[in-house]
Amino acid sequence: MKRRWDRISEWLDHRTGVQTAVRQFLYEEIPASSGWHQIFGSVAVFLFLVQAFTGVLLAFNYAPTPGDAYNSLRYILTELTGGRLIRGLHHWGASMMIVVVVLHMVQVFLWGAYKKPREATWMVGVVLLLVTLAYGLTGYLLPWDNRAYWGTVVTTRIAGSAPVVGPYLTRLLGGGGAVGVVTFARFYGMHVLLLPPATLLLIALHVFLVRKHGVAPAPGDELRPREKFFPAQVYKDTVAIFAAFAILYTLALVARVPLEQLADPTDTSYVPRPEWYFLFLFQTLKLFPGPLEVVGSVVLPGLAVLTLILVPFLDRGQLAKVTRRTFAIGVVVLAAIGWGGLTARAVVTTPKTQEAAEIDYSAPTDWLQLTPQEMAGIAYFRQEHCESCHAVGDGSTKLGPDLTRNTIHKDAAWMIQHFKRPSAMRPGTAMPPIQLGDAPLNSLAAFLLKLTPANASALGNAPDFATAGALVYQANQCGSCHMVNGYGMKVGPVLNGLSQRRSRNWVEEHFVNPDALSPGSMMPPYSLSSKDMANLTAYLFSLPEVHASQ
Amino acid sequence: MNNMDGPIASNGITRRNFYVGAIYGIGALIAAALGIPAAIYLLLPPKIRQADEWIEIGDVTSLSTDSPTEMTFRHNRTDGWKVTSEKTTAWVVKHADNSITAFGPQCTHLGCAYHWDDTKTEFICPCHNSFFSIDGKVMAGPAPRPLDRYETKIEGRKLMIGRLIAPERQA
Repeated sequence: MKRRWDRISEWLDHRTGVQTAVRQFLYEEIPASSGWHQIFGSVAVFLFLVQAFTGVLLAFNYAPTPGDAYNSLRYILTELTGGRLIRGLHHWGASMMIVVVVLHMVQVFLWGAYKKPREATWMVGVVLLLVTLAYGLTGYLLPWDNRAYWGTVVTTRIAGSAPVVGPYLTRLLGGGGAVGVVTFARFYGMHVLLLPPATLLLIALHVFLVRKHGVAPAPGDELRPREKFFPAQVYKDTVAIFAAFAILYTLALVARVPLEQLADPTDTSYVPRPEWYFLFLFQTLKLFPGPLEVVGSVVLPGLAVLTLILVPFLDRGQLAKVTRRTFAIGVVVLAAIGWGGLTARAVVTTPKTQEAAEIDYSAPTDWLQLTPQEMAGIAYFRQEHCESCHAVGDGSTKLGPDLTRNTIHKDAAWMIQHFKRPSAMRPGTAMPPIQLGDAPLNSLAAFLLKLTPANASALGNAPDFATAGALVYQANQCGSCHMVNGYGMKVGPVLNGLSQRRSRNWVEEHFVNPDALSPGSMMPPYSLSSKDMANLTAYLFSLPEVHASQ
Repeated sequence: MNNMDGPIASNGITRRNFYVGAIYGIGALIAAALGIPAAIYLLLPPKIRQADEWIEIGDVTSLSTDSPTEMTFRHNRTDGWKVTSEKTTAWVVKHADNSITAFGPQCTHLGCAYHWDDTKTEFICPCHNSFFSIDGKVMAGPAPRPLDRYETKIEGRKLMIGRLIAPERQA
């Protein structure tokens, strides 16, 4: 067996040279001082491979056009087994990649490993950092939710404000300041067609240069015997890769990556925020008001990148031990403080998200398909604490029957009688009467008839503002003129997709004085409390647009 | 010879073996942690959240016995992340015992649209000359199996139609 394997590998090596190449790669000599501080490069390459792998998997179920992009991502998250994990790995992998690339640079910077003859290696590395950031920037738009859309609006405006090249950049990014289908196509093209091969080329060049000049030695290495890359250093790299992978996997499993509402260009209330690693840039902008803005948006970042590229030429001194490179350590500490301060400031000043943004669209949102009456039923269901005596499809045993068992589902009239006087319909039952009027009991019955074991948890996801909004909707009998999810009258406009047509302010003012905003409207004015108004508007704004029939 | 080599040499081998073993072990673990979910993600069918839908397609009383009628209706077709409402048809047959059968509109050979021929009293697919009897059985031609059937139920006078099921899966 062993002999046969040897013969096969010998044959293969003779024809391709693959084993010799691998051996040369693995048994490269490295300085005696090499060790745990040099693991970051390998971890970065590993994370890149994870991104490529998960990226391809996502692309298999992703439609790269606005609208479809969002729906297909939702499909990945809610309907495909493992989809949430794959997306989580890709999302958190992007963040980790930036962390590791920066740590890699900090290490090289502290040790002075960019010094002659390794200047080119460093400069290629800086370009790789920029490429990594470009992935983050372009990938941010691809979910096409509100967060993605508005974040990218800000980015493209910043690019557009650049002196001289601004207008050209705007055109290159696909629009006159607006983010639309063209911008989306360009970002997607960059993210999956341009950047990956560029990254591969740059990594190849980077590794080639590292090999050409050898791993940077520390002072004193010339006196000690050199070591082999394999297996001691490879082992250290592998352990570090495993640690990074464990963190990434845990994040992907535990930390839910939100998917917000479908991108809504008319949502003027949305407060855009970039991804955390761009927050410091975002905050820098605020330090330069008015005409000085260009300093914070373009000039300073540009200078910073230029300085980074020129580091090997700014520091041309003799190689010194890392512990004696106090100036370099000082620079890193100052940069960390500056970055941390700006980021913290940006986090603190971020206003709390609005209610509409609190819907987690990456969870099953079956409740969005319910009628307002059924939604109100959920509100009464919670208010009356029905779940303290009844299981709802979770398999627990409680005093009363599981409400998802459709053998106990009767018609609404029977159920309402049962709610009013339980013992009259089911002699001997321990259920207390529900003290509600006919309309609420009707809602409750409507909701219970809709329950199945399959949708129980999905319906349980209905946020409180939506059920509260539905209560207001029912109490004011909005359904006698309007239609929601196919139920109600069509005297007034259908309310599905309202968020696509009107702003929140418009709707709220319209409640108070319909005639002022839409002259000739038959709608009477409503004086709702501010809380009811907020809940009702948020609920109506969460309603999905009805798919147009083909 | 083993005695002569002593603990130092064997210790050296152990350390190297440990390194190599750890590298392969961690590599395999990571490959499995990524590969298994990826296979599940690609191979398992999507979870279906929508309950089975019954669509009203017409009035049963308008049907005459043993005279197949093509009825048109709209249904929601789920295709990945897209739900499209589309027009489709069913060939509905009312049998002598008042039971109803609704056949899917495509020939089971290559999916052409077939039609009922009143004179021959057979379903005829013009593409490759498949013939089906009034109860969907293949009488002649290349069709490999009987016509697909919709689930049906009658509510009052309304004929309701459910999923399209191939004959081998019909209970």
